[in-house]
Parts: sequence; structure tokens; C-alpha cells
Amino acid sequence: MMRKLQGIAVSPGLAIGEALVLDIEGFSIPRRLVTRDAVQQELDRLHKALADVGEELARNRDAVSRELGAKYGAIFEAHLQILQDSGLRNDLEELVRQKNYSPEYAVSRVVRRYAELLQKVRSRNLADLFDIEKRLLRNLLGRPREDLSNLRTPVVLLAHNLAPSDAANLDPNYVKGFVTEVGGPGSHTAIIAGALEIPAVVGTGPFLQEITSGTKVIVDGHEGIVVLDPDDETRTRFEREAAARRFRAARLETLRDLPAVTACGTRVELFGNIEFPDEVQHCADRGADGIGLYRTEFLYLGAQREPDEEDHFRAYSKVVQSMGGKPVTIRTFDLGADKVPHLPDPEDERNPFLGLRSIRLSLRHVPMFRRQLRAILRASALGDVRVMFPLISTILELRHAKMILADVMEDLEEHHVPFNRNLPVGMMVEVPSAVILIDLFVDEVDFLSIGTNDLIQYTLAVDRSNKDVVGLYNASDPAILKLIQMTIEAARRKSVPTNLCGQMSASPTYTMLLLGLGLRQLSVPPSAIPEIKKICRSVTIEQCEAVARRALTLETARDVKSYLRGELKKCVPDLVP
Amino acid sequence: MDDAKASRTVTITNHAGMHIRPISLVAKLANQFRAKVEVIKDNQRANAKSVLEMLSLGGRKGEEVLLEATGEDAEAAVDALARLFANKFHEDETDGPS
Repeated sequence: MMRKLQGIAVSPGLAIGEALVLDIEGFSIPRRLVTRDAVQQELDRLHKALADVGEELARNRDAVSRELGAKYGAIFEAHLQILQDSGLRNDLEELVRQKNYSPEYAVSRVVRRYAELLQKVRSRNLADLFDIEKRLLRNLLGRPREDLSNLRTPVVLLAHNLAPSDAANLDPNYVKGFVTEVGGPGSHTAIIAGALEIPAVVGTGPFLQEITSGTKVIVDGHEGIVVLDPDDETRTRFEREAAARRFRAARLETLRDLPAVTACGTRVELFGNIEFPDEVQHCADRGADGIGLYRTEFLYLGAQREPDEEDHFRAYSKVVQSMGGKPVTIRTFDLGADKVPHLPDPEDERNPFLGLRSIRLSLRHVPMFRRQLRAILRASALGDVRVMFPLISTILELRHAKMILADVMEDLEEHHVPFNRNLPVGMMVEVPSAVILIDLFVDEVDFLSIGTNDLIQYTLAVDRSNKDVVGLYNASDPAILKLIQMTIEAARRKSVPTNLCGQMSASPTYTMLLLGLGLRQLSVPPSAIPEIKKICRSVTIEQCEAVARRALTLETARDVKSYLRGELKKCVPDLVP
Repeated sequence: MDDAKASRTVTITNHAGMHIRPISLVAKLANQFRAKVEVIKDNQRANAKSVLEMLSLGGRKGEEVLLEATGEDAEAAVDALARLFANKFHEDETDGPS
């Protein structure tokens, strides 16, 4: 029976296809019995899983010990000992042999039993036990990532959650869209979906129990709507809509080789945000003026080991060379330690968004930071490269990062490695403290880039991946407008070029406001360039300034948004469907 | 002499108690001996060669456990393990990652 779900649209586009339901997180293991003559085969499967996971743990132990010292590797050694525990092995084998349980079911039963014992003594190591269980189940059930790379027919992925590293491995040729029960806009998974240009909806709430693989699903990545098992009428309507969108996109494509110049003759630079080197092609196809935000996290996500200098350099030089002299702004590492397998799990991360992440992590792990900076500097000899530090919250952090950069420069000079001595150095403005003290910062950087996703999150104190409060996460909040205005004015006084990346710049609703506030550079996902360019070419700066002035007097996010939408409709009527 | 026996009461002195890392060291050390070694706390026995069994004992700072070994190298096993307990499992001097 047809069912409609409302979620959060995170990557535009329409998709229809057969569902592939992933059960990565929950591992709801059915009580499955094996037939008597299959027992030996199932035991073999169990032993192979134990051996594989043992190797995986030994590999982790060695890598972590080598990188960080034996103390950090010890935890993997302990997991390995648990895995090799003869008691555990006997229990598992017995359940398969005597009770004919499937290995998956046996693992979950045995772990449950030990977990109860550990709970009784309030052991702090319950999580370690579940970690081992998860590794075993992943191995027995087949790693979802491997499943996904073996896809040979188009599907729509449905999952409770999708890790960024899993999302990064999706093949857009086969994955036509995806839907997750949890997650919010601006989550890394959402950004990757945008980068791959896969239509995606997140945060729909629970629905996976009600659907099986093979059911038809529609994903509307514009409106955040998911339709399970659509009836004929809905499908026809959907297909008509998809055709209309293709037609509009084709019309916008005619703007490709025209510059983003306003009706009054002011030049606006439109840059692309990218995550993967291959996306340079998407930017070129849409006539981008350069790369405004090159996120480098994909190098770390899902990698078996820390990327070395050459890994970084290969990726950066590919991007810089394919941009042929157009500017490329590379942002240094911007994740938490939990996303980097070779770093120790953070001990005190009750609040990861307020914790050791991004530039803070880089400054803590200087050798890792230096490897990235060396590669960026080497790439700067090949084109117009700029470097940008994320999550700067104090002036000392900025100075510290610049000091390490200067040190790496000296190092390269000593070894006669070519690089650009005058590499422009900028920072992301995404923590309110940076805006409050922006007058200090503009004296020490060559450019600014306002990162609205984090700025909104930190200003309004809202976790954008928490569906219970995501309603507060709003780019049109008057507080956000004010912070952007403060930043642009301080930068203008010191003639520091200022860019704005983040989802706000890609939404047509805000383009007039941002131009009116004084921005002349916007950085957006490549797919959004034609639409934003169309707006730039349809308006005058005078119009935009009037819109900004009026918007700044409004008191609520809702008023701001509906005012901006109204103005857009008035000024660029043929953009709105 | 196959059934030599040795036993000793030791106190848990490291700050974090018997959590996974010290236990892992105990198991590693116990596995180097042929003797059967058990850790006994509040009348519950755990095989000192099994991390899982020892984890289920609990054990916080200041609590006592009894080490009991049976086998030809029982005395040496108990000696070595008691030393590990006394040295706080080499933990407190640099407890945890900094």
C-alpha cells in the first residue's frame, strides 16, 4: 500500500527505483536455525569470521601502536584477547553445534549473556564487548560497503543511518537515491550525497520495518518527500515532474558560458564546493569561476591508514591542474577524531561538536597537520591555490596554525621544493566568537569564508542532526543575518575578500539578501551554480540592498524567509516553477 | 609435581580498577604459564587466562582478590601476577592518553 513520508531534503533531484534496505546499525538478528547437515558449513563460517576479525584487530593494533605508541594499541590487543577467549569460542561453537543456531544468532546470544554479567558488576567495558559483536556481525552479514560496490542494478537505498564513509563509496550509476531514518541537513553524509549528486532525504523517522527490498520507492530530494510503493497516478505525476525539471535545467544550461554579472553590471564570482577531485568536472560543466571550498575529509574517511603526503598531493594536484589557473581554496582537515580510524577514540567526547575536532585536532596532531600543509604548499606551485583553516574560534588558534604553516614553508625552502611563498591564507568564519572579534581577525588573514552551516549551529545552539530541535536550525534567523552583516562590513573596511559557503549560499531564497549585504563571492555545490547565476543576472545591486535593509529589520526567521521568497518571486519570476 | 598449588591475596591499587587494559595484561601474563590460574573475588572464580571471565568479576580500587594457581609453575605464576598487581599494571604513572 502506498505510503508517504516527510523528511529533510539534503540533495536535490528526483529518483524512482527499487528499494534496497540496509540494516547496518540495528543488526536485528532473527532467531535463525540451520539444518543439521549444514552445521559443519556454518561452523566453518563462524571460524572464518573469527579469524578475519582477529586479523582486522591485529592490523588495527599494529597501526595504532606504530602511529601513537603501544599504549593506544593496547585496547585492540585486549579486544583480540576477548575474541580468542576459549570460553567465548566454546560457547559459540556449542550453540551452533548443539542448538543449530546460525553463527549470527549465536554471536548475539553469547554476547548478550556476557553483557549481562558485565552489567551486574557495572563494568565500564560493555562498549568494548559490543564493539567486538559488531565486528563479528559485520563480517558474518557481509560488510554493507562491499555489498554496495557490487551493485549491478539501479536501486534506492533505504537505511537507518549511513556513515559518511559508506556514502562516499556509493556509485551514482547504480544508487539512484537514498533515504535515511535519522540525520539532518549539513551532516557529512548529506554533503557527500550532494557531492555525488544523488537525490537524498534524511530524518524521515522509523519506517524500515514496514518495507522490504524490491518495493518501488520515489525520492524527492527537493521537497524531502519519500513515497513507498506509489500507485499509478502518483508515479505518472512524478514522472511528469521529473521531465519538467529536466527541461528547466536544460534552459539554465544556456547560461553556462555567460558570467555571473548583475543587471547593473556588477561582477559576482561563483565558485564550486567540492569533496572529490572528480567533481572538478561538475564545476567546469557549470562554468564555475573556481573552487571556493575544497573539503579534504574524504581522504581520511574510510581509509585503512592515515593518508600520507603523497595521497594528499595526488588529490590536490589533480584538482589544481584541472582548474587550469582558476583559484582553488583548500580547507584543512575538518572532522572529529571519531571519524579518523587511525586516531585514538576521543575519551571525553560527550559533546563532539564542542570537542576536539577540525583545526583543534590538527593543532593537537601536528605531524598529521604538517603532512597536509606540505601537500597543499607543493600543489601551490601548480596553480592558484589558497589555504583555509576551519573552526577558528580564537586569534591564538589562527596564529598557531599560521606558525606551523610558516614552519613547513621553511622546511620546503631548505629542501628546494617549489611552492608559492605568497600563498593566500584564510579562515572560515563559523564560530560566533570569530564574528564578535572579527576586527582582530581581518588584520591577520588574506580572505574570509563564512561557513553558515556551523555558524547557524553554534549561534542558535542547535545540533542540526537532532530531529527534535532541527526546527531551530534556520539560516533566515535574524541573528544569523546580523552576524553575516558584521563580518562583511569588517572585511570591507580592510578590503579582505569574503566568500560564503554552506547551504545558505546555494538556496535561491538568500541570493538577493547576500548580494545586498555586500557579498561578491559565493561558493555553492556545482549543481546550484546555474540557478544562482540566473538570479545574479536578473537583479540589480540596488534592488538587493533594499531587500537586505528590509530583511534586517524583521524579527523572526519565518518573517525573513517569507519576505525573501516573496522578493525572489517578484524579481525573478521565471525561476520559480 | 603436577599438582603444586600456590595462592596469594592481592589488592587492586591502580586508580581505574580491573578494567579491560589491566585485565588484558593479566591474561597475557597468565597465558605464559602452564599452571591453571584463577582470580577469585567475592567467592566468584574467573580463569585468569580469560579476559571475558575476569571482566565479569568487576574489581575496583582498594578491593582484594585471591590469586590461585595449580600446576608445576604455580608459584612462579602467582609471583609474577602479584607483581603486576603491585605495580598497578604499569598504569598510574601515565594513566590513559594525554
